[in-house]
Amino acid sequence: MLARLSHLDRLEAEAIHIFREVAAHFSKPVMLYSVGKDSSVLLHLAMKAFYPAKPPFPFLHVDTTWKFREMIEFRDRMAHENGLDLLVHVNEDGVRDSINPFDHGSNTHTHVMKTVGLRQALDKYGFDAAFGGARRDEEKSRAKERIFSFRNAQHAWDPKHQRPEMWKTFNTRISKGESIRVFPLSNWTELDIWQYILREGIPIVPLYFAARRPVVSRDGMLIMRDDNRMKLHEGEVIENRLVRFRTLGCYPLTGAIESDAETLEEIVSEMLVARTSERQGRLIDRDESGSMEKKKREGYF
Amino acid sequence: MRNNTALAARPDNDIGAWLEEQENKSLLRFLTCGSVDDGKSTLIGRLLYDTKLIFEDQLAALERDSRKHGTTGEDIDFALLVDGLEAEREQGITIDVAYRFFATAKRKFIVADTPGHEQYTRNMATGASTADVAVVLVDARQGILTQTRRHSIIASLLGIRRIVLAINKIDLVGFDQSVYARIVEEYQSFASNLGFTSIEAIPMSARYGDNVTSRSDNTDWYRGPTLLEFLENVPLEEGRDSEPLRFPIQYVNRPNLDFRGFAGTVSSGSVAQGDAVVVAKSGRQSKVRRIVTQDGDLPMAVAGQAVTLVLEDEIEVSRGNMLVAPTSRPHVADKFAAQLVWFDEQALNPGRSYILRTETDQSPATVTELRYRINVNDFAQEEAATLAMNEVALVNVSTQSPIVFDSFAENRETGSFILIDRITNATVGAAMIVNPLRQAANIHWQALEVDGKARARQKHQRASVIWLTGLSGSGKSTIAGLLDKKLHLAGRHTYVLDGDNVRHGLNRDLGFTETDRVENIRRVAEVAKLMADAGLIVIVSFISPFRSERQMARELLPEGQFIEVFVDTSLEECARRDPKGLYKRALAGEISNFTGIDSPYEPPVAPEIHLETAGKSPEEMVEAVERWLADRDAAGQEYDDGGGI
Repeated sequence: MLARLSHLDRLEAEAIHIFREVAAHFSKPVMLYSVGKDSSVLLHLAMKAFYPAKPPFPFLHVDTTWKFREMIEFRDRMAHENGLDLLVHVNEDGVRDSINPFDHGSNTHTHVMKTVGLRQALDKYGFDAAFGGARRDEEKSRAKERIFSFRNAQHAWDPKHQRPEMWKTFNTRISKGESIRVFPLSNWTELDIWQYILREGIPIVPLYFAARRPVVSRDGMLIMRDDNRMKLHEGEVIENRLVRFRTLGCYPLTGAIESDAETLEEIVSEMLVARTSERQGRLIDRDESGSMEKKKREGYF
Repeated sequence: MRNNTALAARPDNDIGAWLEEQENKSLLRFLTCGSVDDGKSTLIGRLLYDTKLIFEDQLAALERDSRKHGTTGEDIDFALLVDGLEAEREQGITIDVAYRFFATAKRKFIVADTPGHEQYTRNMATGASTADVAVVLVDARQGILTQTRRHSIIASLLGIRRIVLAINKIDLVGFDQSVYARIVEEYQSFASNLGFTSIEAIPMSARYGDNVTSRSDNTDWYRGPTLLEFLENVPLEEGRDSEPLRFPIQYVNRPNLDFRGFAGTVSSGSVAQGDAVVVAKSGRQSKVRRIVTQDGDLPMAVAGQAVTLVLEDEIEVSRGNMLVAPTSRPHVADKFAAQLVWFDEQALNPGRSYILRTETDQSPATVTELRYRINVNDFAQEEAATLAMNEVALVNVSTQSPIVFDSFAENRETGSFILIDRITNATVGAAMIVNPLRQAANIHWQALEVDGKARARQKHQRASVIWLTGLSGSGKSTIAGLLDKKLHLAGRHTYVLDGDNVRHGLNRDLGFTETDRVENIRRVAEVAKLMADAGLIVIVSFISPFRSERQMARELLPEGQFIEVFVDTSLEECARRDPKGLYKRALAGEISNFTGIDSPYEPPVAPEIHLETAGKSPEEMVEAVERWLADRDAAGQEYDDGGGI
């Protein structure tokens, strides 16, 4: 009697397979580590794929300087505990111009600090393959993306001319300057991610769990005031509310939800009756329909 | 809108039990395909909506987009849920495959929504390559279109065995059962040789939801399942655990001198600690010492698991090789036949070097022969010099170094490959391997003391090949049979080669295209040559319509052994006799490439024997042949190789 593989077993095996393909074929891969729950799962899978060796590539965090402080602490702890080669890149041009989400809006801030910052880092180190934690269930244009997604020398995605992707046989060939973005979690759903975190006991940033946090209600979202760079508008008050986050990004752009889910089990139960998608808490997707595709074509992950 | 009622309905709200339930759900991957505007995206949008998997913010965005780009007036345009690219929403078409996820209480589903436009067929193939079931949509008003057939053939080639024929927009033909029945009949007759194990035909309206997730009152004549009922209950392909072990090596893991592990995913079969395994390319054997994972060593790994194997012996193995079961090994060859789907705008160039990539191996490769193209409308085999985008063909491929493979029919993973253009790096084709080809270069002739002459002399005869050529129904087989009988009675050692005993065995892989006919004759000529060398009198009865192939046969044999007999019966007379009813079918267009009808017959210019059959009996014909043979021998031509006939 042979063991039947469960749904999560299969997703895990598929992701491990993808990691190994990249390690076998590319000369300079990197894993984009954005500290969120998907990155935590990705890191966990990378460790499994190459055990007993360490993952044969560095981890890159593009720091916009507006991430939650707890994310940065968690990132450094993970790097230390897992013995990772962690690279942190900040777009110094953006810092010089004092680009920030409050004065320049979410679009400009994300473009300069995240998209351009990422392109700078990829060019600086000459990476030819970059792992990302994007999932096809997140957003409509992501649902269209290949697992091995080709980028030209300008890091641009051409959604109308994607390479056919047959079976598990990936076309890893590129010319000089070109690169491939690789998405081992393509076929995972948000629920799969949480179930897997629960099953494997994967550490995640505490911000995902409910706690009393200082939040301000702004533009219909609960924004946590993580430091005093966030100026209060007239009439705004800081309230200590029991909240948590479904996704994590730059703190001024990430809405909290009111919740009392303090354990993974409670998060999963809460998710099951959720009435909105996880990206609803992301300001950057709401500017216009198709805005994710636009960002991706420019080189956003 | 969205609620996961499964949990909410549990009285105890027991998350642990619920999670276990989730873990044990099976996963079905399917695709939607068919012609443009048949409603594929709308159907998926409807499935997501009806299974309550659309979030409120997504629904609000959908309503907003429907007003902006929608094609359904005041109603929600479900297609906008899946057409995720800006260009798709603007043009109202699907360009690339979108993957969507949903689940019911019974199963999890990954659905690939594929484009209907012919120019995006490669994206349809991408979606089909990982699917277990294909939902082929047909617009009830349009019926079966070229794309319906093309997608069905590609699904079949890619190993999909279960089809849902979704006869959509049934509301627009007044829920008319006769329209449904007509389309089902047409599809079944077209698909009869595509190897599908089941075709479930469901009348539906994706836009209004009839028979998608709930039974429609408008089609009370329909007794079958709804689409969702079918998808929830269709049996999954049997696991590949019971097949022989195939472990393609992806990556050699060597963190230090004490550890050397072979990382990969078990493609089929299972492997346990202590099992004997063989390295496919070298034949070297070893045993599995450990099956390593981060969660601890495993006693056994099964198909689908990604593990790292440590062997007992330090043997040479690297990426691209395969660890396999010693008792049932894959092919290792550098020449093989495969069914190829061409993706690139630049046509296939036989003879050009491409990069061939299997799951873990790669090698420069050329398509050495385009055997025939498959017509996507009727599955007919056609002559072709090249292969344009979206065309399908049977080809011979030659790689620079041998690769390890199974036939695609045995294993979808180890039996497939892609071709990559060396300059553009584009994925230009995908192929399913049919079988390895034998290499003449590796077969060395034995130098023999006993030769053809000696063997014929022992039989007291002169080895000959009596080659009867003529139209179908001209009387070749009758003459061959009678001649065989008479020579046998005279003590000669004979053998008859005809369509019946060769086409069904040796040449059963050949069709009736020009290329196949040429190959057919080449093989027959080679067999005749071997038999003549064995000292036999070989009577060949083949239409053999082309002069060049008969000339080729003549040149294969020693001077004087080839006797060409033209059985000369007019086309009108052959068609009138029509002993197998073939002319009738060819004239009705049911058989293509039929000699004399839509394929030429080139009569011999100077045959050894010319039999004009009009007004003569078969016995008279055979006597004429015997007379010719007797005259030849009487002419005193002495041959070393026998005493004459």
